[in-house]
Amino acid sequence: MNLPGSGIIKGMAVTALNMIGSYFDRAHAKRLTTEQYPEERPTLVETSRSFPFLVFDGDPEAGIRCVACKICEKECPPQCIYIVQDKDANGKAIRRPRVFDIDISVCMGCQICVEVCPFESIRMDNIYEVSSYNRFAPLVLHKEQLLKSNAYYNQIHPTEAAETDARIEAARIKKAAAAKATAEKVAAAKAAAAKAAEEKAAAEKAAPEKPSQPEQNA
Amino acid sequence: MSFQPHTTSLSKANGAGASTLDVSLGPQHPSTHGVFRMNVRMDGETIVKLQPVFGYLHRNHEKLAEKNSWLGSMPYTDRLDYICPITNNWAYAVAVEKLAGIEVPERAEYIRVIVGELTRIQNHTAFLGFILGDMGAWGSALMYAFREREKILDLFEWLTGARMMVNYMRFGGVRCDLPVGWLEKARAYVETYPAFLDEMEQLLTGNEILLARLQGVGVLSGERAINGGLSGPVLRASGVDYDIRKVDGYGVYPRLNFRIPRGTVGDCFDRFMLRILEIRESIKILQQAFAQIPEGPTLNPAVKQRGFKPPAGEAYGRIEGPKGELGFHLISEGGEKPYRYHVRPPSLINLTLLEEMCLGTKIADVMVILGSIDIVLGEVDR
Amino acid sequence: MNFLENLPLAAKKLILDAVEWVCNWLCAKTGIKLPDWAMPALLTLVSILIVIVTIIAVFMVMFALMSVFERKILARMQNRYGPNRVGFFRWRLCGLFQPVADGIKMLTKEDIVPRGADKIVHFLAPIAMVAPALVLPVILPYGRGMVPIELSTGILFFFAMGAGTELAVFMAGWSSNNKYSVMGAMRAIAQMISYELPLVMSAVVVALVAGTLSPNGIVEAQAGYSFGIIPKWFVLTPWGFVACLLFYIGALAESNRCPFDLPEGESELVAGHLTEYSGFKYAIFFMAEYVGMFAINGLLVTLFLGGYQSPLPFLEWIPSWCWFFGKLACVAFSMVWVRATLPRFRIDQMMQFAWKFMLPMSFAALIAAATWYYAGRGPAAWGISALIVGVPYLVLGRLCFTRRHAADNRRYLYSE
Repeated sequence: MNLPGSGIIKGMAVTALNMIGSYFDRAHAKRLTTEQYPEERPTLVETSRSFPFLVFDGDPEAGIRCVACKICEKECPPQCIYIVQDKDANGKAIRRPRVFDIDISVCMGCQICVEVCPFESIRMDNIYEVSSYNRFAPLVLHKEQLLKSNAYYNQIHPTEAAETDARIEAARIKKAAAAKATAEKVAAAKAAAAKAAEEKAAAEKAAPEKPSQPEQNA
Repeated sequence: MSFQPHTTSLSKANGAGASTLDVSLGPQHPSTHGVFRMNVRMDGETIVKLQPVFGYLHRNHEKLAEKNSWLGSMPYTDRLDYICPITNNWAYAVAVEKLAGIEVPERAEYIRVIVGELTRIQNHTAFLGFILGDMGAWGSALMYAFREREKILDLFEWLTGARMMVNYMRFGGVRCDLPVGWLEKARAYVETYPAFLDEMEQLLTGNEILLARLQGVGVLSGERAINGGLSGPVLRASGVDYDIRKVDGYGVYPRLNFRIPRGTVGDCFDRFMLRILEIRESIKILQQAFAQIPEGPTLNPAVKQRGFKPPAGEAYGRIEGPKGELGFHLISEGGEKPYRYHVRPPSLINLTLLEEMCLGTKIADVMVILGSIDIVLGEVDR
Repeated sequence: MNFLENLPLAAKKLILDAVEWVCNWLCAKTGIKLPDWAMPALLTLVSILIVIVTIIAVFMVMFALMSVFERKILARMQNRYGPNRVGFFRWRLCGLFQPVADGIKMLTKEDIVPRGADKIVHFLAPIAMVAPALVLPVILPYGRGMVPIELSTGILFFFAMGAGTELAVFMAGWSSNNKYSVMGAMRAIAQMISYELPLVMSAVVVALVAGTLSPNGIVEAQAGYSFGIIPKWFVLTPWGFVACLLFYIGALAESNRCPFDLPEGESELVAGHLTEYSGFKYAIFFMAEYVGMFAINGLLVTLFLGGYQSPLPFLEWIPSWCWFFGKLACVAFSMVWVRATLPRFRIDQMMQFAWKFMLPMSFAALIAAATWYYAGRGPAAWGISALIVGVPYLVLGRLCFTRRHAADNRRYLYSE
């Protein structure tokens, strides 16, 4: 029999249970799940993403992977990337960006730039404390601020970085093998050509006068 | 801009000389679920006319899609119904796959069902919190609901990298495979969820005040619901047996065994209870999907994501989202960008009968009725 | 432990003795001779001042602590921390200094008066609200022999002053020149008047059995232990239990607390009678509401929970004023608990509840109390009075709630 008022009493039992639980279950984070920021920072899961950054191997200048192909700039949905390609002393374009700006007040963290990059050079960072006192200038990150090392990438996204490194290594091995094969082919061709020339020289030595006289008449 | 109630069109047609009160509920109001405004004319406490005004969150979503590539629209679909981003992605992917005739691998379909049903659970959980907040319950149920919802969002963060704006579906599959250990954690979570739902039911469903506030309020008959083009839990609460998962049978839903609940009276309490019953059915679907998921590829390798060019034509793809039928109507001219991209938002269509449901009720019930339809303004305004 | 028990009275006597000594010393020093009526009059005046200052100080401190503890308890029930940052000198002190921060905030806010408002009424409304509220706690017995003002018709005085706050609510709504405020104020008044009746009827039930309207007398009527261990509090009798619950619900309604906080509801259309008040005036309304809540809780403790008496005989060494404030704290905690759990009523449902359920139940409690009293307080009396309250409860409950509103009278169909 449903006594009037019993539903309310049962509801109050639930609230009381939650109150008591909030004092005791903290260790298992069953009920009270508040993290006291900024004393306790959240432990981000490995795949967590926020804004992009550029990866370099070893040296920020020489080891930069980006070649300024501008695919990410074209594919970015809110168009927050701005790239200008670098030119060498003679004015010829070289495969490096001189300017690489990302406006993180526009960036929505959709990760499409990472997916379309053919050179494994732009990846997602997991920074979230990027507030500034000015609305515009400090929220446009330039190349120097975006460049972070491959070691950092391995630290924040270990699995993904390991896969990327494996892919780069495999590509490098393939390229080295291809280069070796080409070099061998060239060497073999050269050796064959040298051998042919040698045989030709040997053949000429065997019959020296015959070809000269008719040529002198003509 | 100041609101002058006597100069709106609402007050011009004030016939019969009755003294009525014109009031604007919103757009800033603690419980209108977003920037939504209702111009209401009251005779004492009773509503005689209600005019919804929206568009405060219009963000040119459909025009933006004409400027972006096909893949570039995917992150924008996250922001339509921002409580359930994954199902928005899924509806768009389904529409494009229908347009271009793309096959989806089986593992990807199972993953889609798993994350889609998890999204449905977290949306309905958030609904339980919101409707109690609308009734002035000072946030207890809201806090419990959001605590549980966070666990699902943590699962999404592990899978896709972002808690909410996931950008997860791709044409012909999903963006990345499940990480090692994800299935076990999701399975463990789904095992613990029914205990939480029982606790919420104990807090809410027997509560006399809640029953008095929700029962008999905002009744909508099945016939009127069908005429209005409604869909989702609102339609099923009015007694109509229509669920796109059964009607269209998209994805791997035909292989999964689940029931569709429907209500008998069509009032706010039926919509409330129906969402709780739907959560229980979703848990059953999830358990079957966890058991049946095969190994295999998660993306159709024949489809180019970047530089995707579907053949010319048009298609309408729809899914059963947590709020109702979410559909995308796409027209392609064979190029890299759509010619026309239109979203059929369930919240907007479900709002068309708001006035009918509210006429004759008291002003305090309007908030409860609006809460029970469960709208998200991102979808209504796009 | 007698020392602790008599501590407040001893302190008061010390202050009066000090004043007398200082006066006599001054008279001796300057040679002025006071007439005979001067010293007793002065001592009476000082005694009254002590009472006033003590009540205001105690209740201000309780209000401050209650505002922070309510937020913290509400937070714990919602699985979060409450305010836990405000402290001083680098110590957080669990956020107990939050009322100081709130006070500073309220005091430094701009005081806005609407243009077309009735300025005098607008100014007087908070004062009219807080003055009766501060007078209410004066008749409650806080300990053995510790009643600030001994009134033989204390209960009557209490309800008479309590009605003054209702007028202030209407003054607040009317003077704001805002049609929504007036509507809100009218609904608040309707609610408060409707719930006055069951409240007063429950108090009448107790007055009937105790035979006196004096709070001290009512507490004395609950003295002693039956079977040596169970206290003879009125709440532990069937009619007393029902009357206590009705009084409790009436107290919630009079203090405009959840689930009866429709006048101050945030998610309702009509923002209530307090819309146009900001800054210090709002703080005064807030304070008046809390002081009123403490006063009515104190009356509940006095009427039903045995006042300053301890529940078990071997716990009588704890001072009586500790028991009183302990019980008051428990009742206040339960009010916060109710606030955390329940959504709010709609106005017509609230009215129906008051007139159709609570008022008949209070009459039933009255008849049950009379039966119990005149049937000799034996087991038969207990049985009959339990029946007299139980039957209307079930019948009225079925009529008002259970038949129409039940979760299990709905069918849900499934299709495969």
